Amino acid sequence: MITVNHYMLLSAILFAIGTFGVLTRKNAIVIFMCIEVMLNSVNLTFIALSRHVGNMDGQIFVFFVMTVAAAEAAVGLALMIAFFRNRNSIDVDDFNMLKW
Amino acid sequence: MTDPLLSLALILAKLIAVFGVILTLAAYLVLAERKLLARMQLRYGPNRVGPFGMMQPLADVIKLLTKEDFVPATADKWLFLIAPGLSAVTALLTFAVVPFGPPLEIFGKTLPLVVIDLNVGVLYFLGLSSLAVYGMALGGWASNSKYSLLGSIRGLSQLISYELSMGLAIVPVVMMARSFSLTEIVMAQEKIPYLLLNPLAFPIFLISVLAESKRIPFDLPEAENELVGGFHTEYSGMRFGLFFVGEYINLIILGSMVTVFFLGGWHGPWLPGVVWFALKVLAICAFFIWVRGSMPRLRYDQLMHFGWKVLLPLSLLNVLVTGAVLLGMS
Amino acid sequence: MQAILFYLTAVVAILSAFFVMKCRNPINSALNLVTTFLCLAVFYVMLESPFMAAVQIMVYAGAIMVLIIFVIMLLNLGLTVKTRYTHGLAAGGILSVMVLFVANYFTRAGEATGTGGSVTSELIASYGHTELIGRAMFVDFLLPFEIASILLLVAIVGAVVLSKRKV
Repeated sequence: MITVNHYMLLSAILFAIGTFGVLTRKNAIVIFMCIEVMLNSVNLTFIALSRHVGNMDGQIFVFFVMTVAAAEAAVGLALMIAFFRNRNSIDVDDFNMLKW
Repeated sequence: MTDPLLSLALILAKLIAVFGVILTLAAYLVLAERKLLARMQLRYGPNRVGPFGMMQPLADVIKLLTKEDFVPATADKWLFLIAPGLSAVTALLTFAVVPFGPPLEIFGKTLPLVVIDLNVGVLYFLGLSSLAVYGMALGGWASNSKYSLLGSIRGLSQLISYELSMGLAIVPVVMMARSFSLTEIVMAQEKIPYLLLNPLAFPIFLISVLAESKRIPFDLPEAENELVGGFHTEYSGMRFGLFFVGEYINLIILGSMVTVFFLGGWHGPWLPGVVWFALKVLAICAFFIWVRGSMPRLRYDQLMHFGWKVLLPLSLLNVLVTGAVLLGMS
Repeated sequence: MQAILFYLTAVVAILSAFFVMKCRNPINSALNLVTTFLCLAVFYVMLESPFMAAVQIMVYAGAIMVLIIFVIMLLNLGLTVKTRYTHGLAAGGILSVMVLFVANYFTRAGEATGTGGSVTSELIASYGHTELIGRAMFVDFLLPFEIASILLLVAIVGAVVLSKRKV
């Protein structure tokens, strides 16, 4: 029998993997993708718990998380393109100047 | 115990039937396209293999199967190998939700003529059509060739742009039918098809579908004259064949979606429902071939302009007006 | 039956998430991320939320990931993969294992409470998940919904301004 705890454990594992990726990778786009993994693991918790307590609010929140993720993708990728034009790289190690 | 087994067997039988019909139809659509195009250009088209060239698709398949399966040395091998399969599979999967006839009455049981009637069918279609981008994008990327990459980038931006207006053109249909299920959308068009009730959404959807199918006048991802073959420049043999067949399967799907959303699906006088459905789908396919025979290719900036500055505002306006009318009527 | 499906999908989800973090080439990371999203969509279907599953595929796999792949291709990132593509492995590993343990601890500390809300499986089956979502969103959460649309507008303007060559 699959309970809500199974889903929470799974999403904890996904979240930890995402954290590890964000902390250790250099490529900004890969960091961005790892953030998406973390957001998605949280979404899974929201939906699992929303079904568990029998309330729609959690699912609506997932909807807003998706909206924010879409907005974040648009702005974040635009930032990366702008940065790539200036430095010809998107490694976070090259993001070390306060102005150029 | 027997009931779930029976329904499983029924679903499998329907799957096999749909697969067979679609694959045959896709093969013969290629022949029909070549014949029609040839006639429009005052040629004969394929007429050597079998009577009227009817065996041509078979000959093509044999040729493609026996050709060398060539992988460029600098290609990303793994991605290069799976990309054509992705494009064909996403195209085939969409057929699961297409209702192609009224429910049949056999042995006192009703047998719906659809593989599975999802209550989020419209969203399923939109989701799969956005996944269909991956086959093309990855194929072009994995080939590691300039032409392929250019084709993929163009294709990606084109498909993202036109998906928006395609989705927004379906919204009024969903609002009028009050359901996401394709079967119920067809049921709601029993008296009047939505082509007549919402005459603006139909051309928007048709044009977006034409762009989604990557055909002339929107065939920038392939653009033979500029990009050699676009995203499938480096492909040969059966992998090219998969891309090719995937494109025609996609054409049939988009034709059946136009039929389901706007032409009333299987509804029609005198003839049985399945025949009406097939006729409407084939008419849409013939229209696409006709367009290919008579239109030039758009330039890239014209394509983007048209998508974002004409189709998108029009479809948004259409959603607004339809909503207002529906509110006023209720 | 459901347990088998859950464990299979969970294994695929975890493996593909791991490869998102591990792959050297961003395109491979992106593909693995798409697989993770599809697995999550399967979980949403198992949790009787088909609408969320469809939206997950449309928004995440269909829009966000396509954008990311588009940018990776546009900047042609795969060809210039550096030999050193990670940093701080030890610290990151310790921190993420700590995250995992804390989450695990709180998950196992007790049973999740608060069951017995109004939305049951029978209600979902009779109304349809889409309608329940629609009611909740346009009745209870109308103001946040409108604010989200403003957020999207701001994001559009921001993206255009940032990626234009000369303002």
